[in-house]
Amino acid sequence: MSGLLSADLPEEYLELARTVRAFATEVVAPVAHHHDQTHTFPYDVVAQMGEMGLFGLPFPEEYGGMGGDYLALCVALEELGRVDQSVAITLEAGVSLGAMPVYRFGTEEQKQRWLPDLTAGRALGAFGLTEPGAGTDAGGTRTTAVRDGDEWVINGSKQFITNSGTDITRLITVTAVTSELDGKRRISSILVPADTPGVLVEPAYDKVGWNASDTHPLTFTDVRVPVENLLGEEGRGYANFLRILDEGRIAIAALAVGAAQGCVDESVRYAGEREAFGRPIGANQAVAFRIARMEARAHTARLAYLDAARLLLAGKPFKKQAAIAKLVASEAAMDNARDATQVFGGYGFMNEFTVARHYRDSKILEVGEGTTEVQLMLLARELGLPG
Amino acid sequence: MNIVVCVKYVPDATADRQFESDNTVDRVGVDGLLSELDEYAVEQALQLREKREGEDIEITALCVGPEKAVDAIRKALQMGADKGVHVVDDAIAGSDSVATSLVLAKAREKIGAEKKVDLVMTGMASTDASMSVIPAMLAERLELPQVTFASVVESQGEVFRVRRDGDTATEIVEGRLPMVLSVTDQTGEARYPSFKGIMAAKKKPLETWALSDIGVEADQVGLSASWTAVEGTEARPPRTQGEIVTDEDGSGATALVDFLASKKFI
Repeated sequence: MSGLLSADLPEEYLELARTVRAFATEVVAPVAHHHDQTHTFPYDVVAQMGEMGLFGLPFPEEYGGMGGDYLALCVALEELGRVDQSVAITLEAGVSLGAMPVYRFGTEEQKQRWLPDLTAGRALGAFGLTEPGAGTDAGGTRTTAVRDGDEWVINGSKQFITNSGTDITRLITVTAVTSELDGKRRISSILVPADTPGVLVEPAYDKVGWNASDTHPLTFTDVRVPVENLLGEEGRGYANFLRILDEGRIAIAALAVGAAQGCVDESVRYAGEREAFGRPIGANQAVAFRIARMEARAHTARLAYLDAARLLLAGKPFKKQAAIAKLVASEAAMDNARDATQVFGGYGFMNEFTVARHYRDSKILEVGEGTTEVQLMLLARELGLPG
Repeated sequence: MNIVVCVKYVPDATADRQFESDNTVDRVGVDGLLSELDEYAVEQALQLREKREGEDIEITALCVGPEKAVDAIRKALQMGADKGVHVVDDAIAGSDSVATSLVLAKAREKIGAEKKVDLVMTGMASTDASMSVIPAMLAERLELPQVTFASVVESQGEVFRVRRDGDTATEIVEGRLPMVLSVTDQTGEARYPSFKGIMAAKKKPLETWALSDIGVEADQVGLSASWTAVEGTEARPPRTQGEIVTDEDGSGATALVDFLASKKFI
């Protein structure tokens, strides 16, 4: 048993891991290359994930969820990420950026309206935070929401928004400047139904990887939504999404560990089959040691995200552990992808091979949900270093 | 309606299969799972319950097999079956299909003694032995009608109407409960358990019975009581390179005909 299946986890999480691994192998893997090549969103796969309840993993049953927790989501993300990062990020963004803000900060009415479809995977939610001039530095937010009677009028643009342009995208949560107090810009989150007039989903990006994941720039021109679409308190948008991003780092780390482990598993298989100079290439220490080091990276990165997830579940501070998990897991994925393509030789440069796809897909792991540098900045701050 | 689905625990077909010294399949040393063909039967039972919403339909997964075979029942419970019955007894080891059908029939009688069983469902065959005879043997022992190899199942009240796809003809067969029904892999893909299903399965009733619980004597089952015996097993030889006919002087066609004739193809 490899990877997560040998981790010290309660039996129900291991059962979930086995189930998702079977699904990833039987359903996701056979079409992964096709969707990667054609840059198409895997609607059938996502629908089946919905039926399995994956989009509802960390939510209670009253909102259509599975009654699981964040760790269960991480387990599913690792097993999906092992085979297809695009499918995994679709789930990650759908849950932790689409549905989670509504669950964490929404009113009962907002939850009842949005969560049942989001947790069932019938609809996808997107989170519009990043702008051309604002990412982690949310102070640069230019999008505005101005109160006009019973409505918010939203103007501005967002970029790199995952799940924002699929046929089943129903909700876009937008961060916008709603007021300025003492010269300080107050940022709030507002729920925008995707079909609201004035919401323009621009053509999808031409990306290096994650080709089957749906990513668009969005433009908002005089978009009007009712005032009750405010999510959480006015002016608390920044604080709220920091919490969402902290959690999201654990989920991204789990996905990255899946990618790192997928590279190990592919390499072990190939090094045992491929022969050169009369013996399997894995019999050479140059290859075997490379793969052993890959396994060590995946294993330690897994421990890091499991630790952060357990702290989160226990209600303890987890900011530092989440940053470490995101940092080491994304580097493990990128390093393992580079090593795996080397083990595969020329085939590692062929797009149809899973390791080649991991090579293209893994780079964004070091950038999205806070770059490596942002994680280091957070860690330095946690250590009390001057700055 | 009370449905019993027979589920078999088989060695994982993707792993290496091993045999014991008495030529029975090694069921302990290898990874096993719920036979994929039986998953279709579980799925059809679940779909039946979903289609007949409002009716009280209980689904019991019944398995005869070693300790580890409880995994097959657990999978069925995770998919949505209500309870499990596991018949496990050292004396059963080595039983052929005749002996196994006796254990299944007796277990089904014990289940029926508590609550009348309307429908016994099975897959079309097992993925290991591939005998395909258990449904017929069960029907005979239970004195029930059998409807086998169903590729489409429809039901109304007590009447079940199924489609059987043969090589040369498609038959529509009707049966009335109680009966034994086997379904094929054409009935529709089995669902993956949800996390809710995995959690719920831990709390579902699962009974373990020995032969003495169902009134079967040890000497009625096992290797010695089996009607069939496996004399030996051999791995399939690796594919050898075919015979190549090179047509250099126009004698190629004759060589081909001679080859086909030698194999009695023509």
